[in-house]
Amino acid sequence: MAGLELLSDQGYRLDGRKATELRKFQARMGVFAQADGSAYLEQGNTKALAVVYGPHEVRGSRSRIRHDRAVINCQYSMATFSTAERKRRPHGDRKSTEMSLHLKQTFEAAVMTQLYPRSQIDIYVKILQSDGGNYSVCVNAATLAVIDAGIPMRDYVCACTVGFVDETPLADLCYAEEGGGVSSLALALLPRGGQIALLQMDARLHQDHLEALMEAAMTACKGVSKVLDQVVRQHLQEASVPSAE
Amino acid sequence: MKDTPLSNCERDFLLKAIEEKKRLDGRQTYDYRKMKITFGTDYGCCFVDLGKTRVMAQVSGELVAPKENRPNEGIMFFNIELSPMASPAFEQGRQSELSVKLNRQLERCLRNSKCIDTESLCVVSGEKVWQIRVDVHMLNHDGNLMDAASIAAITALCHFKRPDVSIQGDEVTVYSAEEREPIPLSIYHMPISVSFSFFQQGTYLLVDPCEREERVMDGLLMIAMNKHREICSIQSSGGIMLLKEQVMRCSKIASVKVSEITELISKALENDKRARKAGGRCGFAESMPQERITALKTDETSVEMTDASERANDIVENAEVPPQTVPSPVVPAPGVGQVGQGLQNTWGLEEEEEDGDEEEEEQKMEEEQDEKEDSREGDVVEISDSEEEEVVILHPETQDKSSKNAASSSNQKGAETSKQRQKK
Repeated sequence: MAGLELLSDQGYRLDGRKATELRKFQARMGVFAQADGSAYLEQGNTKALAVVYGPHEVRGSRSRIRHDRAVINCQYSMATFSTAERKRRPHGDRKSTEMSLHLKQTFEAAVMTQLYPRSQIDIYVKILQSDGGNYSVCVNAATLAVIDAGIPMRDYVCACTVGFVDETPLADLCYAEEGGGVSSLALALLPRGGQIALLQMDARLHQDHLEALMEAAMTACKGVSKVLDQVVRQHLQEASVPSAE
Repeated sequence: MKDTPLSNCERDFLLKAIEEKKRLDGRQTYDYRKMKITFGTDYGCCFVDLGKTRVMAQVSGELVAPKENRPNEGIMFFNIELSPMASPAFEQGRQSELSVKLNRQLERCLRNSKCIDTESLCVVSGEKVWQIRVDVHMLNHDGNLMDAASIAAITALCHFKRPDVSIQGDEVTVYSAEEREPIPLSIYHMPISVSFSFFQQGTYLLVDPCEREERVMDGLLMIAMNKHREICSIQSSGGIMLLKEQVMRCSKIASVKVSEITELISKALENDKRARKAGGRCGFAESMPQERITALKTDETSVEMTDASERANDIVENAEVPPQTVPSPVVPAPGVGQVGQGLQNTWGLEEEEEDGDEEEEEQKMEEEQDEKEDSREGDVVEISDSEEEEVVILHPETQDKSSKNAASSSNQKGAETSKQRQKK
């Protein structure tokens, strides 16, 4: 996209943010009564809904039962109205399957699955509006949903997508910034230990810039974790007020 | 077909060896297996051997209508086929997780990094562009399919030559290979993926895992780079937690490996070009070495033996003489062979008297054998060692049956004696 200046001389991006600023974060937990845990998350214009069922008995093939831990089953899908052009295949195509696998991998590392042997935890995430950073928003929403379901985790799983433009790392990319060959790095982090649950990068980036980009991603994730923590505490306060009477 | 599970002792052995920095095939931690690149007769067909992992890539092109949002660019399509030929664990037809993972990784490695100039593939803007299709087939799975696939794909793309086209007004003429020399694709850079496997929660790492090592690994980190030290793609998979320092270290190792591999690829392409120019025979059939069926040849694996504390020969020499073998069978009566005395009965009869009785009764039975042989069929034989208090004497015709029943109910005989009874 020629002519679109992703980072102006004064250091402002397309939507007026600075390079290290995250988008506006709004979240709600416990949106569904039916599910064990649910959360709705908006990061800028990207809106995601996450629902958690479990732990429950393993459904479907019995061969998936693990004797010492719970199996995590993730499904990622995008609503047909989520993108600018109507999506013809919301789930089952390769990209969605790959995202589901990545989510599964991320949460298998974070959730304490040894506490629930021979059972299954389902995590369903749906993108209602896609404006960049799909994977990160899914992970954040799923973290809130898992916490809402009361499933113990080692730490918050926070994710952020960062890009590299003009020698500057930009945190929390939006759709316009993601396209156009900008090297984007998606990172899922457990903030307290600094452990990376998932690392994914596309497009060319010189090796020397990798360290700076990863540092920026980790800082952004730590910022996200603070916001998530705030959301959880607020939700608990609101939920516990009636019982305090 | 489901894969045979790995036994615990094999898993422990592999992990222990990795802790001592030893690998099954004698490689060092950062070593790649022996890599061999050969080409087929057509342009765009390439075989890559990485140790025993064998992969084939074929590039083909055809003219299609372009995508609506990109009317000036050609289309690249990648496809990895995992057929049961490569490993019994792969099922035919079903799109397994591994297949999706490999396909997406290859796509991201080659397409998003823009290694090929897609605008040069445009013939008539908005109407006709070249669609370049890369099909990678796994021929043998011995670990690290991703690296082999990426090397095969990029080498095949470098090797491929598309037909020449000319446009006259509205007409597009595609010339075959005989009419005009085909044109190679314009490739900007060669992204190569390097796989790192992590063990014991990220404490140990290995480059280029073989199939056994892949089974016991915790997770995999794939870094795709080109020789200009630009990272084209990073992907971590499996449930491992990485630290930033580990990723940085891996990227440094990857840059070294990638430059080595890129050199190998360029050399292979050079050799092939020379061979074709010289008019020599080239292709898949030529690249297979002439091995005679009658000769058994195996590659010597270089395993480090310097710190072997125990040697098999030493153990055999120092071992004690094996204990006395069982004496040859004793023949107490014709037709009866007795080897040893038999073990104590362990079926729960713990009275000591029984033990004493056992030996007596064995001898008694042997005496009875002699008697039985002498006696005729019609005689009634009293079986003294049965546990029943009353001896039920059945009809003479069923005498053999009763003796058989007694033989099976009594549990103090040696096998030979009971067999002898049943024969009767």
